Amino acid sequence: MTPELVVAIIVTVVGASTPILIAALGELVVEKSGVLNLGVEGMMLVGAITAFVVAFTTGNHYLAILLAAAAGVATSLIFGFLTLSLSANQTATGLALTIFGTGFSALAGQGYSARPVTLLGPLFPAELAAHPVWRVLFGYSALVYFSLVLVVAVWWFLKKTRAGLILRAVGENDLSAHSIGYSVVGVRYAAVAFGGAMAGIAGACFPLLLTPQWAERMTAGRGWIAVALVVFASWRPFRLLAGAYLFGLVMTMELYAKAGGGPLSAIPAELWAAMPYIATIVVLVLISIRRDASTNAPACLGKPFLPSS
Amino acid sequence: MMQFRLEKRPEPSRTVLYAAPLVAVILTMIFGAIIFSVIGYDGVGAVREIFLTPLTNSFKWQDLAIKAAPLIIIGVGLSIAYRANVWNIGAEGQYIMGGLAATWVALATHGMGGAWILPAMMAAGILGGAAYAAIPAFFKTRLNVNEILTSLMLTYASVQLIYYLVRAPWKDPMGMGFPQTRRFAAEALLPNIVPGTIVHAGVPIAIVVALIAWFVMSRSVFGYQMKVVGAAPHAARYGGFSENRTIWLALLVSGALAGFAGALEVSGPFQRMVPGFPTNYGFTAIIVAFLGRLNPLGVIFAGFIMAITFVGGDLAQTTIGLPSAASGIFQSMMLFFLLAGDILVRYRLKRVAPQEARA
Repeated sequence: MTPELVVAIIVTVVGASTPILIAALGELVVEKSGVLNLGVEGMMLVGAITAFVVAFTTGNHYLAILLAAAAGVATSLIFGFLTLSLSANQTATGLALTIFGTGFSALAGQGYSARPVTLLGPLFPAELAAHPVWRVLFGYSALVYFSLVLVVAVWWFLKKTRAGLILRAVGENDLSAHSIGYSVVGVRYAAVAFGGAMAGIAGACFPLLLTPQWAERMTAGRGWIAVALVVFASWRPFRLLAGAYLFGLVMTMELYAKAGGGPLSAIPAELWAAMPYIATIVVLVLISIRRDASTNAPACLGKPFLPSS
Repeated sequence: MMQFRLEKRPEPSRTVLYAAPLVAVILTMIFGAIIFSVIGYDGVGAVREIFLTPLTNSFKWQDLAIKAAPLIIIGVGLSIAYRANVWNIGAEGQYIMGGLAATWVALATHGMGGAWILPAMMAAGILGGAAYAAIPAFFKTRLNVNEILTSLMLTYASVQLIYYLVRAPWKDPMGMGFPQTRRFAAEALLPNIVPGTIVHAGVPIAIVVALIAWFVMSRSVFGYQMKVVGAAPHAARYGGFSENRTIWLALLVSGALAGFAGALEVSGPFQRMVPGFPTNYGFTAIIVAFLGRLNPLGVIFAGFIMAITFVGGDLAQTTIGLPSAASGIFQSMMLFFLLAGDILVRYRLKRVAPQEARA
């Protein structure tokens, strides 16, 4: 393998990993507050179509990302209202949110398929970004650098700030947090909205970073993989980074296999396409064999907060 | 100003429990009309086409019946699993594996003839669905791996398996290059039961499945075990019900029924395996199970309501140009309203005087 090929592979892996990483970091914060939102896939699709339409009509990529985040927040607030204000079942509501997001994005995307947008360009000047070797560090768009900063920011927020401590307290013991005067529902609303914003941006990665077009269900289960990665990473941001890049590698192998690249194409293309999902099961199983994965789960995860009962 | 406060009911309200699905459907129609008008469609027309025309147009009744059948069969299985708090959301994958297993029997017996072929296909479908659901059951009971994620990931993988099988080993050599299997022989096709229509034997089977499940859930130890483990796991442990066995049963039963539905679909409406075989019945059945209040009898009604939105969605597409994705929005709205209304099962609204509310 030439250095150029290695660089090309790394660049592809980073791109494929970025949406999963952003969505998973959002879901990690949501789950740390004690809420399980299974609607990530739906919120990502709403973000993807929003980003596509804005980029298509205005040509402004950063506005597209911003509005995709806003659309993700709006979608997440449906979930927040049902589960936090009305204490509806979180599993069922999350599933309903994914069905809603799939339907909404397909409806809003009518007539936009097969229309092109341009991908978001690299952040750094062309001398660095297009350099055959140095593009491994400088050849990415702002979304990629954002995802890396986000890893550190989420870690720092949860570990080092007072607000992060309160959020974790709400997720570990909601009744105690309530009795010392913190607004459990308020904190969880904020976390759910943050998760929605990140899912929206993760969705925006699909038309702006990966394939410059809109296609129904274009997130193809990546939102669910993000949910699985949070378990895989035992709710730790840096482990999430490693997990997301591992998945990016699997997806990149699929791309190379489809392009007819040597030994990889000996395996049927369909098996390569199924690989990320099989890999998800395998890593979930491996992490559970190694130790009880649920020990690090927030104690109140998925349980409604009912102070009066 | 009048103000309201939520007050916990001493007992969950059965009236609200059973009225909530109806209210959810009515609210969906009202809000659906408003939302689709706002985004520039004929909102009232959309609601009329989606919810009423399939009922008033007698030519559409046969479509309703054959769409409702798989939804009811899968929904019954899911309602049993969800009762036990086992979240099998991979019914679509188990449906696919059931369809593939039945296809395998149909292709292997092609040209043999005999009345045993169709029952063998059904048995293969049931086994295929149950075997696929056994994977999340195994990992859940042995290693406590979340069944939501494993069952869903297996669904994505099973779709790729269809693509592979119809593209290569099972491809019809006379199919002019289309990725699909050959049409099944007459012995492998589900008989029509109403002459001159498309209503096949799967329709009465679905009703019978729901009735049996209702009887089992309300009268047998199995049903009691499912409900107790779901509602009160600690009490169930004292009562000697094994949680692991409940997880196994819940997944095997829901997987078997989803696989059965897959076998019925491939031998009935499809008559061959095609890449378009996954039609989201497994996902829609999740809504059916909830709308039916996780009660097999309720699932029959919910299955028909959901079938109405499917058939109506197709109608609205041709008559008023409503995109096919619209029925997904109506379906999820129904579930949102239902879940929102559930709070009134456990709580009631109480009017309070303004000064009391402020205190």
